[in-house]
Amino acid sequence: MVENNDSVAAMCLDARVVLEARDVSKCYTLDEIEVHALRGVDLQICEGQMLSIMGPSGSGKSTLMHIIGLLDHPSNGSVTVEGEDVSDMEPNELAAVRNQRIGFVFQAFNLLARTSAQANVELPLIYSGLGGAERARKAREALERVGLGDRLGHLPSQLSGGQQQRVAIARALVTEPSIVLADEPTGNLDSRSGMEVMQILQDLNDQGITVVLVTHDPLVAKHARRVVHLADGRIVEEEIVKERYIARDRLAALSTEEAHR
Amino acid sequence: MNIFESFRIALRALNANKVRSILTMLGVIIGVAAVILLVAIGTGVQKEVTGSIEGLGSNLVFAFPGNIEESGAGGPGGTITKQFTIEDADLIDRRLGPDEIVVPVIQAAATLKVGNREMRTTVAAGNEYSGEVFAADYVDGRGYRRSEVQAASRVVILGSRVRDQLFPLRDPIGETVDVNGQRFTVIGHVASQGGSLTGDQDNQVFMPVTTAQRLLGTTDISIIIIKAADPENVNSVQAQVERILKPRFGEEFSVFTQAQTLGILSDLLGTLTVMLAGIAGISLLVGGIGIMNIMLVSVSERTREIGIRKAVGAKTYDILSQFVIEAVMLSVAGGVIGIVLGWVGSAALSTVVPTEITPWAVALAFLFSAGVGIFFGVYPAYRASRLDPIEALRYE
Ligand SMILES: Nc1ncnc2c1ncn2[C@@H]1O[C@H](COP(=O)(O)OP(=O)(O)OP(=O)(O)O)[C@@H](O)[C@H]1O
Ligand SMILES: [Mg+2]
Repeated sequence: MVENNDSVAAMCLDARVVLEARDVSKCYTLDEIEVHALRGVDLQICEGQMLSIMGPSGSGKSTLMHIIGLLDHPSNGSVTVEGEDVSDMEPNELAAVRNQRIGFVFQAFNLLARTSAQANVELPLIYSGLGGAERARKAREALERVGLGDRLGHLPSQLSGGQQQRVAIARALVTEPSIVLADEPTGNLDSRSGMEVMQILQDLNDQGITVVLVTHDPLVAKHARRVVHLADGRIVEEEIVKERYIARDRLAALSTEEAHR
Repeated sequence: MNIFESFRIALRALNANKVRSILTMLGVIIGVAAVILLVAIGTGVQKEVTGSIEGLGSNLVFAFPGNIEESGAGGPGGTITKQFTIEDADLIDRRLGPDEIVVPVIQAAATLKVGNREMRTTVAAGNEYSGEVFAADYVDGRGYRRSEVQAASRVVILGSRVRDQLFPLRDPIGETVDVNGQRFTVIGHVASQGGSLTGDQDNQVFMPVTTAQRLLGTTDISIIIIKAADPENVNSVQAQVERILKPRFGEEFSVFTQAQTLGILSDLLGTLTVMLAGIAGISLLVGGIGIMNIMLVSVSERTREIGIRKAVGAKTYDILSQFVIEAVMLSVAGGVIGIVLGWVGSAALSTVVPTEITPWAVALAFLFSAGVGIFFGVYPAYRASRLDPIEALRYE
């Protein structure tokens, strides 16, 4: 069922496993009907890896992301972050791990309403106990990094969907986490904005940060080095990307193409 | 994360949700101010009235038409079938002897006019002994005499507010005043006394009882007041008066000593205070329901906010301290504004009706409103803070 497993496993030989799901399943009971969102998923993600998760709608991609992002509990199985099993952790310990090691970009952004971009990005830093001035500086830098240096005071309602997505990314990377998890980060964006977001993620990955992203789009998936296919709550296929797309190059090509028109 | 940071987070959250914050505070403000104001009116009126009766002296006996005991707390006016007349007062006076003073009293509304100035007042009328039962402190002039009572002379004495309104710049003594269309001569005016048993004395005019009867076209009088020579004798005087009136009125009259009148009135006024407190309680409840509404309406948004905060690393303590501080700040600020408003309102109203701030009402209103505000601010947050972040984010 799982293909290319040897080559995938081989990739991890010289790198640490930062995130691991072992036999993870998730079952929701709605009106006495059981919905199996995940049915025994095994997944190892190595340090510095860039991984895409693909699959049809409802196949359990978001559920898996939430579980490995420590936002949700599996019904069965365990999750290990940097070698540590989180199953028995207290909610407050989980909060600390989320705060320090994981940056999460939600499919639906999840920014605080009526709160400026700057304040939204500062949010994780508040909870890591950073002082006000340091916080403001880091948040500004993170927003500049996603190209929103001129939108610090804007409220989410005053930003486009793509800009809100980038604020969410800035919030995910402002704590300098070792892992960034992004659920459909390009789902709401046109192809150019999507490429810009992919460039940000690839840049992060080049700096050694582990990146996991969910996408429907095969072209977007190809920006990663490894693609995992989910269907009906199971991993049905894994592949190593042969010719990885580089967002920076594709953006440059797009610009020249536009210039010629 | 320290407590200052929690304060800053709470302030930012309040600021980001101004409408919700203001509406919540409004609920507390309305509840607190309404309770303070209404209870202040109730207490103030009660104190003022009982105080003014006490001021009359403990040797007074009051005879009212109608059976007050039977008509219960409804008080005078319940079942009056036959009114007193001057003859009844004279009869009592003759039978009691020269030591006891008897004053027939009439109270009625009247319109006064001087030139183009006009005002509604109450006429309080008695005989030449009125000064013995109603303390009257003359600024100028004199009270009416026996001869004037017998002749039903059109003489009048002005309360202080009446004088201020009708004669703002002139000395009123000797001037004429139009009472219900008849010409009266002002013979005196009295100093301000504040409210009293018979309403606001400053807003009254005084005249002989016979004059008042003619003016009103009646032979009735309102009540009869008897002053015992010795306070020790009030009970025997009361019994005598009852015996005197019985043959004429059967059971349809009531005689009370000052102490009894005080008791009946405090019961009556106690009921008033309870009623006002009841209305105040309803305002408190309405304010509370308002707070509850705002909080419950915003629960889903706030739960999602908690989901976001937890997702980026907020601990349970961080969430709870933020929401406790938010709720306490809103409730306390609302409570303080409510207290100030209630206070200012009572002070402003005290020109119209006596008010007295009661500490227990302030404390009760404040604790209730603040309690509701804090509970409905903190409890949903407490529940949400125990959810997995993703459940909080999905909350609807
Ligand atoms: N809270 C929930 N209660 C019940 N069922 C749920 C819940 N969340 C998800 N599911 C079910 O779990 C399955 C997987 O959902 P999930 O959101 O992980 O899909 P997905 O792969 O992310 O889909 P999409 O591409 O549309 O985002 C779906 O069948 C969904 O109906
Ligand atoms: Mg999804």
